[in-house]
Amino acid sequence: MYNDKVMEHFRNPKNVGEMTEPDGIGRVGNPTCGDIMQIAIKVKDDRIEDVKFQTFGCGAAIATSSMVTEMVKGKTLDEALHITNRSVAEELGGLPPNKLHCSNLAADALHEAIKDYQAKLGGSNGNGKDKPADGEEKDKHEGQDKHEGQDKHEGKDKPEGKDRPEGKDRPEGKDKH
Amino acid sequence: MAETRRVYLDHAATTPVHPEVVKIMDHYMLEAFGNPSSIHSFGREARKGVEEAREQVAALMGATPNEIAFTSGGTEADNMAIQGVAHGRRDVGNHIITSTIEHHAVLHTCEHLEKAGYKVTYLPVDKYGMVDPDDVKKALTPQTILVTIMAANNEVGTIQPSAEIGRVVKEHGQAYYHIDGVQTYGNWPVNVDDLHADLFSASSHKIYGPKGTGALYIRKGIKLVPLVFGGSHERKRRPGTEGVPGIAGFGKAAEIARETLDQRIAHNTALRDRLISGLLAELDYTRLNGHPTQRLPNNANISVEFVEGESMLLNLDMKGIAASSGSACTSGSLEPSHVLLAMGLPHEIAHGSLRLTVGTDNTMDDIEDVIATLPDIVRRLRAMSPLYADKIKGHSAAPLTPAGEEHHHDV
Repeated sequence: MYNDKVMEHFRNPKNVGEMTEPDGIGRVGNPTCGDIMQIAIKVKDDRIEDVKFQTFGCGAAIATSSMVTEMVKGKTLDEALHITNRSVAEELGGLPPNKLHCSNLAADALHEAIKDYQAKLGGSNGNGKDKPADGEEKDKHEGQDKHEGQDKHEGKDKPEGKDRPEGKDRPEGKDKH
Repeated sequence: MAETRRVYLDHAATTPVHPEVVKIMDHYMLEAFGNPSSIHSFGREARKGVEEAREQVAALMGATPNEIAFTSGGTEADNMAIQGVAHGRRDVGNHIITSTIEHHAVLHTCEHLEKAGYKVTYLPVDKYGMVDPDDVKKALTPQTILVTIMAANNEVGTIQPSAEIGRVVKEHGQAYYHIDGVQTYGNWPVNVDDLHADLFSASSHKIYGPKGTGALYIRKGIKLVPLVFGGSHERKRRPGTEGVPGIAGFGKAAEIARETLDQRIAHNTALRDRLISGLLAELDYTRLNGHPTQRLPNNANISVEFVEGESMLLNLDMKGIAASSGSACTSGSLEPSHVLLAMGLPHEIAHGSLRLTVGTDNTMDDIEDVIATLPDIVRRLRAMSPLYADKIKGHSAAPLTPAGEEHHHDV
């Protein structure tokens, strides 16, 4: 069912565990679908210095979580925001079709963690958590556009999580980013 | 990877074929390979094999051989019974009663019939996965032509009050009573008269026989419209040249089951009980699914909280232990087991279910292996589970838990 690379990440997941004093945390998923992923990041000079994941889910969910942490380490926030569900699945050498919804979550969780970091950053600048505060940083702006795209999909995911055909479609919709 | 000892605990999915069964199948493939419809000696030998098997299969359920029709398996037997009655009794009524925890061979057949204009009542179950005969009584109408409720559930092992349901159906007088008996046949005593069954489905590969063979018991006088048309095989109930080796193998498997049923039940029950008590003692936040006593002797089904089923299965498999789960990921859909949900389990706990089904080939050592292996796997998976992290920190998992009761079970 799973290829060797997926099984290797499942067997020996990288960067698993809880992070002390993370700069940003993102949690996505829902119990209906059986996958919940949390990604924590430490950011230094606009780069992801450290990343850790915690996942409740199937083999693909654990493998994609591990994979995304490997992919993102040392990347700039902007680069990290360009990591998509498809690129995670591709990096793993592919996933079974019915597992593609799991690979969605790893990139989503990462993006949520970055968003959380950016919101906190906004807060520490004394501008509260409002997004407009981010406008002064040019990289952020681009990142934010992406978030909006993600949010739209994520919002959609939740009510439709139960629906099988919709669930199957989701990864494709996502990939268009 | 070094191939260590393997432990097979998925007997509700399928069983290894008994060596004596293989032997008789060989005979009907290599020597007595004729077509049972042929007049020559080759054909007569094959016919003898089929009819002997019919007697053996009938004997294990207290039926007469003429009441047995061989099929390609349990799924076809279920389809033949349900569609056969529905189509054959359309002039009598259009209402069918079943339960929410049936096998898909029954549920999807009923759903198909609904699209064709039949009305289907899906009865609920209690928290143990049991149907209430009183609910059957209330659901019966003058339009009801069939009640189809399984003898025991394949996932959680709960044995249904089939005889009581049968009495209720017989009081009604009109409806036929079909039992999907795939999980009880050969594993638990079955007598179609005691159960008041008109139709009873059985499968060969769940009882150490070959795959691809099953049977439908059709009580004398019950008329069915066949699913397929052709020659006069199986009294026109199921045309097509008989799968002689499979049928002969099924017969042998049924004979062995009949001769050893008491030992089989005692053996399986001892292993099952140790498995359940061992795992519940070793693991916290773990519960037994299904009825505590009214359950198949071979079935242990537990939910391990904060862990997802497939990841447990993969880890067990790496240790050579074969099991199954009701998690969505193993069902091929996004929804976890319909049986566990029907019993009222919240999604995240249904996702953490693990089914271990023992068989005659298992030993107590196998069971001790699992009891020694699973806790480490669960600890490892919980260590990476954000839900477990929430739990130990005392955070409520409220945003991720569906509204409703708190399901944590004290162990």
